[in-house]
Amino acid sequence: MSVIPLEHILILASILFVIGFVGVIVRKNTLYILMSLEVMLNAVGVAFIGAGSVWQQADGQVMFILILTLAAAEVAVGLALLLQMQTRFKSLDIDLLSKLKG
Amino acid sequence: MDESMTTLILTLLPLYPLVSFLLLISLATRLSWTVAASISVGAMVLSALSSMLVINQLSVDTPIITSQLWTWFTLSPSEEINISFYLDALSAVMIGVVTGVGLLIHIFAAAYMKEDENFTRFMAYMNLFIVAMLLLVLADNLVLLYLGWEGVGLCSFLLIGFWYQEKANVLAARKAFIVTRVGDTAMAIGLFMLFKETGLLTIADINQSANISWNVGDTQPYWIALLLLGGAVGKSAQLPLQTWLPDAMAGPTPVSALIHAATMVTAGVYLIARMHGVFLLAPEVMGYVAWVGALTLLLAGGAALVQTDIKRVLAYSTMSQIGYMMLSLGAGAFSAGVFHLMTHAFFKALLFLTAGAIILALHHQQNLYKMGGLLKRLPFEASLFTIGLVCLMALPGSSGFFSKEAIIGQLWSSETAGPTLWWCAIAGALLTSIYSCRLFFLAFLGSSRFSVPLQSSSSKLLQLSLLVLAILSVFGGLLANLLDINLAPVFAKAAIIDTSTQPDWLHTVAIATPFIGIVYAWIYYANYRVSNHKTLVESHSVLTRFCQQGLGFDCLYHYLLVKPYCLLAKFNRRDIFDQLIMLNAWYVTLCHDIFVSSQHGKLRWYAAAIGLVTLLFLLILNIDGFGSEASL
Repeated sequence: MSVIPLEHILILASILFVIGFVGVIVRKNTLYILMSLEVMLNAVGVAFIGAGSVWQQADGQVMFILILTLAAAEVAVGLALLLQMQTRFKSLDIDLLSKLKG
Repeated sequence: MDESMTTLILTLLPLYPLVSFLLLISLATRLSWTVAASISVGAMVLSALSSMLVINQLSVDTPIITSQLWTWFTLSPSEEINISFYLDALSAVMIGVVTGVGLLIHIFAAAYMKEDENFTRFMAYMNLFIVAMLLLVLADNLVLLYLGWEGVGLCSFLLIGFWYQEKANVLAARKAFIVTRVGDTAMAIGLFMLFKETGLLTIADINQSANISWNVGDTQPYWIALLLLGGAVGKSAQLPLQTWLPDAMAGPTPVSALIHAATMVTAGVYLIARMHGVFLLAPEVMGYVAWVGALTLLLAGGAALVQTDIKRVLAYSTMSQIGYMMLSLGAGAFSAGVFHLMTHAFFKALLFLTAGAIILALHHQQNLYKMGGLLKRLPFEASLFTIGLVCLMALPGSSGFFSKEAIIGQLWSSETAGPTLWWCAIAGALLTSIYSCRLFFLAFLGSSRFSVPLQSSSSKLLQLSLLVLAILSVFGGLLANLLDINLAPVFAKAAIIDTSTQPDWLHTVAIATPFIGIVYAWIYYANYRVSNHKTLVESHSVLTRFCQQGLGFDCLYHYLLVKPYCLLAKFNRRDIFDQLIMLNAWYVTLCHDIFVSSQHGKLRWYAAAIGLVTLLFLLILNIDGFGSEASL
């Protein structure tokens, strides 16, 4: 099994992270924002896994399981909020939630 | 009476009216007429009695009585400003006039203002005025004098605007306050300069040391005397700051009598007499004083000829009589000037108060063209008014005669005056007698030109004060010798004017002048005298109107000073300097706006901001990292 260089892994992780971040910023639909957040979390996961395999340590995989749990919890809360939002506003537009302006 | 007793009486002198003022102003409307009148008049009685007592204590052996109360503040190691009183013959004359005439006017005012709802406030202000005036004349240093000086200015303002519901009164009060403030500023600068040059502000010390430190004709005494003259001109309503006095007649008549005829307006004369040590070192300024007096007496006499308001005639006459005093001081005849100050206080107070009684009887009618025939209808007031006019015209035997002759007699051979000013004084006397006769004819002779029934006042208080003033006016001239002897040591430094070289005809002319005026008026104003018609037509020629409006000075100042100032104020309405300070506020508001707009509640923007800032931090850390690598 050939070793994948660390640089490639980091570049992939960065690309994924940027795609996720751009998604968070440009999408108005809250569902897509949640999905983009998942992409960002997974980008971080990829970076951890890659680093763990390069240094032959279990820590990276531990961290990934942690992130996975976190993402699961986040999605649960996020989807619940999403349902609430749908019932209240009849829309998923994130910009409607701007009552906290100064 | 021993010395400490005298000092105590002198110390308490201004205290009675002060206590009365405090009582009246703090209890205000709760007092009945009887209580308020007895408090204020009682305080004046006490003051008048004590001033008589202390004046009696003055003699050749004790020419000066002083009373030091406490140190006000320290200006320099050598000069302390004390609250202390200094009584010599000059201030004795002044406190005699202030408390004596003041008492009579207070009695009159108590009766005159009885119906006014603000009677207590009125009497309180009158008392405060007496306090300030006594401080002014008794002050032993110029700072305390200045306190009294501003105090009388304040009381004048308060009393002119006493009936503040009417706009004209308030405007007159404001005008009086602002115009006299111009003079006061000059005087304050004079005091600063005096202190800078000599380090002294105690009056007696200044008069003593003035000719040690300076020679006659030096520039320092010239400027100091000129600035002090500025103050005197403002307060005494002389050219060019005379415009406030005729308007000041908007106040109640007792105020016009007390403040704007008898006492306050003579403060300028008192100041110059008091500071004669400095003025004697500046002969040019003495000349200016004389010329200011002469011009004022001529201009005011001319303006008095055409006035239709009885009080305005008297106001212009006051200006012209103070002009005589100034002329006399300028000529170096100090005691004659002070003597005229005293007699003028008597007869002008009498004239104003009688005019007040007449105005009251005519239901506040002040227009001369709506009077007439009052000699038969109001014989008591008319005869007293006539006594006052006789003194004003200086007919032989009256008090005005003695004092005015004393002035005119010394003008011709005085170094700083001379024949020209003598002729001015004679012309002034002629004008005086003409406008006095015109006033007399219009008010008392001819047919009645009013329709309302007379409201005769039977108040004994009113008549008593008028009678006493009339007696003083008639016999005031007898004090001439007494005054001369006592004032001589005060003005010891003034050269005695040698009158022996004068031509003989001077006296004859001076005595004959008023009679010429009377004869002229008898012929020229014949239609006022024998008028059979119910109405008299006022002259409306350009010259008359010009003279009526105070010879155009008001107009001139309006266009020269008031208008440009208002324009400037309008131009700078938003205040340039204020804007500079407001720049701070503007900057803060700007920052506030920026931060407020950043808090818009839009989640995506927040996320973008967090991301960007994180990126920024990463970049900075990277650059730093490269930097440290490079340094390694």
